[in-house]
Amino acid sequence: MLEVRGVRKSFDGFLAVNDASVSVAKGQIAAIIGPNGAGKTTLFNLITGHLRPDAGAIVLEGRDITGLAPHDVCRLGMGRSFQRTNIFPKLTVYQNVQAAFLSHRGRGRDLWSRVDELYRAETESLLGSLGLRERAGEVSGFLSHGGQKQLELGIALASEPSLLLLDEPTAGMSVTETRETIRLVERIARERGLTLLFTEHDMEVVFSIAQKITVLHQGRIIADGAPADVRADPEVRRVYLGER
Amino acid sequence: MTRRIPWGLLLIAVALAVPALGSRFYTFLANDVLIWALFATSLNLLVGYTGLVSFGHAAYFGIGAYTTGILMKKLSLPFLLAFPAAGVLAGAAALVFGFFCVRLTRIYFAMLTLAFAQIVWAICFKWNEVTGGEQGMPEIPYPSLDWMGRLPLLGSLRTSDHFYLVSVVLVALCLWLLRRVVGSPFGRMLTTIRENAERAEFIGVNVRRYELAAFVLAGAFAGLAGGLFGIFNRGVFPDFAYWTKSSEVLIMTLLGGMGMFYGPALGALVLILLNQQIVSYTEYWPFVLGTILIVLLFVFPGGLAGALGTAARRLRRAA
Amino acid sequence: MPDPSFIFAQSVSGLTAAMFLFLIASGLSLIFGVLRVLNFAHGTFYMLGAYAAFQFMLWLGPGRGRFWLAALGAAAAVAVLGGLIERFLFRRLYGAEELYQLLFTYALVLVLGDATKMLWGTQQKSVSLPPELDSKPLTLLGATIPYYNLFIILLGPLIALAFWLTLQRTRAGRFIRAAALDRETLGALGVNVDALYTGVFVLASFLGGLGGALISPMRATTPGMDTEIIVEAFVVVVIGGLGSFWGTFFGALIYGQVLSFGILFFPRFSIFAVFALMAAVLIVRPWGLLGRPLK
Repeated sequence: MLEVRGVRKSFDGFLAVNDASVSVAKGQIAAIIGPNGAGKTTLFNLITGHLRPDAGAIVLEGRDITGLAPHDVCRLGMGRSFQRTNIFPKLTVYQNVQAAFLSHRGRGRDLWSRVDELYRAETESLLGSLGLRERAGEVSGFLSHGGQKQLELGIALASEPSLLLLDEPTAGMSVTETRETIRLVERIARERGLTLLFTEHDMEVVFSIAQKITVLHQGRIIADGAPADVRADPEVRRVYLGER
Repeated sequence: MTRRIPWGLLLIAVALAVPALGSRFYTFLANDVLIWALFATSLNLLVGYTGLVSFGHAAYFGIGAYTTGILMKKLSLPFLLAFPAAGVLAGAAALVFGFFCVRLTRIYFAMLTLAFAQIVWAICFKWNEVTGGEQGMPEIPYPSLDWMGRLPLLGSLRTSDHFYLVSVVLVALCLWLLRRVVGSPFGRMLTTIRENAERAEFIGVNVRRYELAAFVLAGAFAGLAGGLFGIFNRGVFPDFAYWTKSSEVLIMTLLGGMGMFYGPALGALVLILLNQQIVSYTEYWPFVLGTILIVLLFVFPGGLAGALGTAARRLRRAA
Repeated sequence: MPDPSFIFAQSVSGLTAAMFLFLIASGLSLIFGVLRVLNFAHGTFYMLGAYAAFQFMLWLGPGRGRFWLAALGAAAAVAVLGGLIERFLFRRLYGAEELYQLLFTYALVLVLGDATKMLWGTQQKSVSLPPELDSKPLTLLGATIPYYNLFIILLGPLIALAFWLTLQRTRAGRFIRAAALDRETLGALGVNVDALYTGVFVLASFLGGLGGALISPMRATTPGMDTEIIVEAFVVVVIGGLGSFWGTFFGALIYGQVLSFGILFFPRFSIFAVFALMAAVLIVRPWGLLGRPLK
């Protein structure tokens, strides 16, 4: 599904990502972990087209997407949620998700139809599966942090992606919220046959649902494989010792 | 279905009735308000809906005015051709200028819109052969409206009244079109850009292309407003494109409230009426306007329409 | 082909214009660099400086040294006004959207511009050249250069140097540069950011007012000089780079030469040329000659 080959990126001489190669199989749930500053978000930004790699290639479903603009990457079937909650604050919850449907289904060029009722069924159904249906009319900027993160997920899902990238989906959530979100994410991934790639700091979350874990440290991949193997890897243990 | 008052139709009816008052002055004022309302609403498509603040919107107003003026005065073309031409030419200019502007953000975007507007002004100011240069082009003819004199009720009205009625129809049409655009999926995509351009990119929105489209539409409608204004004003002058004109329309848009569709139109109405009133007492209108703006800035950040909206909501809750 | 002495004379006049613009544009650039606001009212401070100089000359009467007193007094008065405006009005808007801050500065243009008309009327005023520099003009390379122009041309770089040294060497200067880069951290470090902002505004207003005061013997003081100059100042900071100090200096130099030679060779298109240059810079290299790409 996704192949990252030897990707490199530096900023003003600082090498943020150094020769990173990852691959994620179709339908897999994969995680990228690493200490702060390891380059996880940079790697995500390279995959989604927000940044252009200095070297290397990114291949999505066999198609080279290196250097494509984010909106093109999105149209090819990649969805993303952002680390800092990234919603449309003055729009309602309903409008946030509907916007993603409108864009994905190509209605953006329509200057004539009245927008309110379009894709109402799909939007409400998606909101329902996220538990946000009752709050559909609320202005999204006033939602709680957890609510906004769920909405964020909803927007990403409404683009009907085949590959979903989640950047720290449970950051700032309470224990209960985290558990709920992860259960939700896993269920949705299963229901829709999504391939999932996420980054996380919460190790419990990672080891509970990830089928494959890649460890990033100072821009380089230091381990990559099944959870049990990664957990036992000596270099990983060295890097994380003192992280407690 | 709740009883919704057809405000739009009511307003059009009221507007059409103004010449019946028999005052040349009222008709003049109303015509002024209409044209500026269109101009300000066109700017709002950029500022309020897409989140792009332009300091040079008067460029398209000026281009529209000169297009209609030149076509009607120098080439004796009919209004039916000269008026749409204003929109087309202004839109074309917006396409060229906008292509460069949308590649920049925020302050640089604003500065480039200003630079292009000043270029337009400089051309109008200096290209004596075509634009009349510093003196502009006075005596733009009215469109041939004799046919209106033969209609019932309208026979007794003056040409300026006839032109006013034409303005009402045209402005209403343009506003209606803009309203459709704003309420369409395209319009919704624009608001996503305003709210969070980064997120909009990642729901598949080609932000630059949408911004350019908004820029062109806004420019085209501003051009149409300019086309009307040149005739209304009985003359076209370079200051139509000067940066202070851009700031006037921007103030109307902000004053009226850029969050609501009719906000800028309301801003135009209030500002023009206020201007009329104040100017009869003192020549220091800018001083009064500036003071009002400062007061409003500190008291009503949402503009007039925003304040009215809040007041209306409170009344409804109390009722 | 015009003769070399004529070209030289044009160049000198371009240099003079550039130095005035530098004074004004540097204040604009400073406010933008630190407060992140494009101060439309800066042209108005320039105009107020000119009118204040006129007024002080009226009170002081002619005589040696009076002009310099008037000029400094005018600049100081404008600086005080700027400080008051920042402290009591502008400060309230720091949290608000940029657009509203811009609107405020424009409202100031309206209010102060008209206040000028109220106080001094609409007839143009003039200030006589200071007697110290009013002797027979210098002849250099066949061109006639008034001493006052020479003075301005020398003063410009001196002020630039003084300003630059202040920014680089003094504590206050370091704070200003830091505030331009990261104001939150600066505040967290215990620096009185509020006072710093007021200080920056005062300094910028002083420079603008000084520019206006110094130009008053050379150009008529009229209402409307504010809206004219502010656009020119915009062009300068765009070419040089928003927020860059030396950029403003070189931007002013370039602008001065383009304008004076533009008028010479393409009189009809000189204004066009200036704005075309501004547009070209923004298209090709938005952060100007020496600016840094914003965020």
